[in-house]
Amino acid sequence: MDKIKFDTKSLDLFYGDFQALKSINIKICENEVTAFIGPSGCGKSTFLRCLNRMNDLIDSVKMKGEIIFDDKDINGDIDVINLRTRVGMVFQKPNPFPMSIYDNIAYGPKCQGLKDKRKLDTLVKESLTKAALWEEVKDRLNKSALGLSGGQQQRLCIARTIAMNPEVILMDEPTSALDPIATAKIEDLMSSLKKDYTIIIVTHSMQQAGRISDKTAFFLMGEIVEFDETPKIFTNPNDKRTEDYITGRFG
Amino acid sequence: MIYLIEKFKKEYLGRSIVTVLGIVIILVTLSITGFLFYKGLGTFVTYNHSVWEFLFSSEWKPADNFDGGGKVGAAIFIVGSLLISFLALLIATPFSIASAVFMTEISPKLGKKLLQPAIGIFVGIPSVVYGWVGLTVLVPAIAHVFNLPYGFSVLAGGIVLALMIFPTITSVSVDAIENVDNGYKEASYALGTTRWQYIYKVMLPSATSGILTGVILGLARAFGEALAVAMVIGKMLTFPDNILSATNNMTAEIASDMGNSAQGGEFNDALWSMALLLLIISFIFILIMRIIAKKGEEVK
Ligand SMILES: Nc1ncnc2c1ncn2[C@@H]1O[C@H](COP(=O)(O)OP(=O)(O)OP(=O)(O)O)[C@@H](O)[C@H]1O
Ligand SMILES: [Mg+2]
Repeated sequence: MDKIKFDTKSLDLFYGDFQALKSINIKICENEVTAFIGPSGCGKSTFLRCLNRMNDLIDSVKMKGEIIFDDKDINGDIDVINLRTRVGMVFQKPNPFPMSIYDNIAYGPKCQGLKDKRKLDTLVKESLTKAALWEEVKDRLNKSALGLSGGQQQRLCIARTIAMNPEVILMDEPTSALDPIATAKIEDLMSSLKKDYTIIIVTHSMQQAGRISDKTAFFLMGEIVEFDETPKIFTNPNDKRTEDYITGRFG
Repeated sequence: MIYLIEKFKKEYLGRSIVTVLGIVIILVTLSITGFLFYKGLGTFVTYNHSVWEFLFSSEWKPADNFDGGGKVGAAIFIVGSLLISFLALLIATPFSIASAVFMTEISPKLGKKLLQPAIGIFVGIPSVVYGWVGLTVLVPAIAHVFNLPYGFSVLAGGIVLALMIFPTITSVSVDAIENVDNGYKEASYALGTTRWQYIYKVMLPSATSGILTGVILGLARAFGEALAVAMVIGKMLTFPDNILSATNNMTAEIASDMGNSAQGGEFNDALWSMALLLLIISFIFILIMRIIAKKGEEVK
């Protein structure tokens, strides 16, 4: 049995009066790719954002229940800054900062106090290499990141996250704004990142979930209907609703 | 027939009213500009003064008659206007940016409840009131603090103007900050940065072009303000030695002598030349603002 990275116990989440997550229980294992699937509005992003406490940015959010990360409840008395350096996030829309490619990568480590120029240089190169972007940008590190293509921008955002050397990377539909070739590159990337990181990805593409994930959780109206090995979910789900969804019979 | 009238009403009436009003505005602007050029050039055409003399000489003795032959060096007023306006900017900008950051990032609730209405009130106060308060509170206070015979000074003008342009710069900065892509904020927080790191390193740099637009708008307003400044600047025809000396500026001089000079005389024409200069300066400000806005767009 693999080591458990996140252990969520009866988590409820409310936006004001609206309950977006209902009694979520899920154990996410280390060095695996876990996929969240489900129809729009079922709470996938909401749950993902619980894992690095991004919901703190939304005033109306109230939570009950526990999310144990390693051995501490992240909703308890923890250092949020530290949590977010250990649990990185890549967003649906590529959102590089309006700075140079180099500065985009160096920004996070610099904010943590890393000043040594040589170390930063190495870190930038390493992160870009891991994100399969180094060859394409090594001659234009000082050019604005906004001049990159959408797919390159998204790999830059992944590189930026890797530069923090996190333990977990959360990805919210990271390829939904990209063309098939850029998508393929990022999927390859995820498989190669798996050995160093725990990856949790939200996706609307069944094929993507099937290709890249070890385990899949099916969300429906704020609940996790089923969570199991990906092949099992896709070939022989226990719940009728899961089957309806993955076969496209779902309304 | 009825159908045609209906159609006319629906389609053409609204559009023609808007077009006509638009043309009227353009015509008015053009005629004011034309009129200012016509009046303002009299000094140089009718009375044969050089632009050089007007801009760079400090000898101001225009003849209040139609023979001319006086001196029209406006340098003191020009320097006065520049000094006071930039001083006002220097004082107001830090407060404006700090308030804008407070209202958008630190405490939007308090900001929207307290600061926003307060700023609205600031805008609504007529300039004569600013001048009057400046005259009764600020001028004596400066005299007292710095141990001077009187407190009319560049500093007094700068502070009064700073109060007047503070709301402009603040509200434009708030807009600029609110326009910063929310994705930057999420990205920054997700990298484990603090709120201040985000504000300094990402948010403010991204909002710079918008904030600069506010600053230039404030500067334009400061340049054009007459009444409040006239009341506290001291109206002395000398260059100021430091920011505690009295001096004069263009708007104050125009306001105080436009009625005391013969229409079309040299004195009167010299005042018109200053008005023209103010117009040209405001055109330059608009131009700069355009350029900055364009640069900002390019970055996005
Ligand atoms: N900031 C918010 N305030 C109030 N309600 C919200 C907020 N964000 C999301 N919701 C609601 O919570 C529910 C879950 O939203 P969430 O974004 O988690 O869905 P999702 O599964 O990620 O959907 P999608 O696949 O479309 O991204 C939705 O009904 C949504 O309307
Ligand atoms: Mg979502």
